[in-house]
Amino acid sequence: MQDFAEAFLFAFRQIAGLDPDLLEIIGLSLRVSLAATLVSCLVGLPIGALVAVSRFPGRAGVIVIMNALMGLPPVVVGLFVYLNLSRAGPLGWMGLLYTPAAMVIAQSILISPIVAALSRQVLEDLFNEYREQFASFALSRLAQVRAILWDGRYSLITVALAAFGRSAAEVGAVIIVGGNIEHLTRVMTTAIALETSKGDLPLAMALGIVLLILALGVNALVSALRLTAARYAYA
Amino acid sequence: MPMHDRVLPFPTTTGPATVPAVHALACRGLNYGAGGKALIDGVDLEFCRDGITAIIGFNGAGKSLLLRLLHGLIEPAGGAVTWSGRPIDAGIRARQAMVFQKPVLLRRSVAANIDFALKARGRDRPGRREELLDHVGLSALAGRPARLLSGGEQQRLALARALACAPEVLFLDEATASLDPSSVLAIETIVRSASTGGTKIIMITHDVGQARRLASEIVFLHAGKVVEQADAAAFFANPATPAARAYLDGQIVNGN
Ligand SMILES: Nc1ncnc2c1ncn2[C@@H]1O[C@H](COP(=O)(O)OP(=O)(O)OP(=O)(O)O)[C@@H](O)[C@H]1O
Ligand SMILES: [Mg+2]
Repeated sequence: MQDFAEAFLFAFRQIAGLDPDLLEIIGLSLRVSLAATLVSCLVGLPIGALVAVSRFPGRAGVIVIMNALMGLPPVVVGLFVYLNLSRAGPLGWMGLLYTPAAMVIAQSILISPIVAALSRQVLEDLFNEYREQFASFALSRLAQVRAILWDGRYSLITVALAAFGRSAAEVGAVIIVGGNIEHLTRVMTTAIALETSKGDLPLAMALGIVLLILALGVNALVSALRLTAARYAYA
Repeated sequence: MPMHDRVLPFPTTTGPATVPAVHALACRGLNYGAGGKALIDGVDLEFCRDGITAIIGFNGAGKSLLLRLLHGLIEPAGGAVTWSGRPIDAGIRARQAMVFQKPVLLRRSVAANIDFALKARGRDRPGRREELLDHVGLSALAGRPARLLSGGEQQRLALARALACAPEVLFLDEATASLDPSSVLAIETIVRSASTGGTKIIMITHDVGQARRLASEIVFLHAGKVVEQADAAAFFANPATPAARAYLDGQIVNGN
């Protein structure tokens, strides 16, 4: 217990002292997660919007699959990306394995379905509400999609935040394709996993605290957005 | 406009006996059903290019459905709606506008709701939005989120947004249902001036006084069938069917 308290103190000292190693790890975590969030929005939003506003045979099946993909096991995604990026794999020539780019790819695959499935739900509800009015305006399909993307902006930002949170907290995929290499691919979650197993509790705890604060911050932002949207009846 | 003061047999599947000289919007043999029940049942109508037509009838008679069919928002199970002989499509709909029974407002400000319609129809010009908002008495609320407006204010915004489309036909589904008396009169003035300006008005109302004040023609719908299409003065002086008489007398009649 003595050890534990000491580790805790040390962790706080590291955070308060803005330890450069700590900052480097946090910085990479944020950059990887933000990049993955950006990619997942670029991929997931158009898919979500398209499915939301179109009717085609097999649509219900597509939605089931989209929802199921939200639960992709991270280690399986990590393995899949590893196999593709490893020297013998089809994309091995790019030399991306054990780089932040590989981590962004794995994270993007993990969270794109989240963005696609959640935004599909948000946009479909909006679309159903607006459908007749849009038809009355004789709007083109593209104009309809633009309008629901704008009117759903608060909910869509919430979706992006959820994806960001998932990616920042994820460890299984990035540890496989990133390898937790110091000063290169070490992010908060992989550092916690490995430092803990090595017995370096203070660093692991410091990172754990930062990760918790990040999760709290994201959720606070989501709540603030919800409140703002509700205040203006935009939700 | 010729008087077509006639009464259709009840129920009817035949078209009008006399036909107005000019007509733009028409429907023939219109059917619509749900769950095996006919909700719109063999409706034939021809509308003059101008004037105000009021569609009246009991709750559940099918008035809102008929308006949706006429605007081409839902596909009829049988029959067709035509505009100068052409089947209705998005291009024709773009020359019409509709105010729904429950206004559907965008999650934007009052002003942005008007702008949206102006842009959708390519009728955006400086000052037009202010003109429209002033018209319906919403100038002071231009910056408000539209969905925070009161029910009556929302209806007025929906009307202004429909007028922003500069439609040739304006469909109004109980557009004054939740307005206070002075707003009702203000909206009636707007509707009348739109009609004078050449817009054909096809409106649903439960306000018999309003139908009397505004309409040149009455369509009485009963259980999905048009049982009377008549000149307004003649209709009110002498409603020809028991259902219409019961409606005007304020009796509750089971539509089915
Ligand atoms: N999609 C639908 N499925 C099943 N029934 C429907 C559907 N839409 C409308 N109806 C039924 O059709 C009938 C006519 O509806 P409609 O909304 O046209 O009535 P209305 O004449 O406008 O009545 P009100 O005066 O109350 O507005 C109602 O009995 C309604 O329940
Ligand atoms: Mg109705």
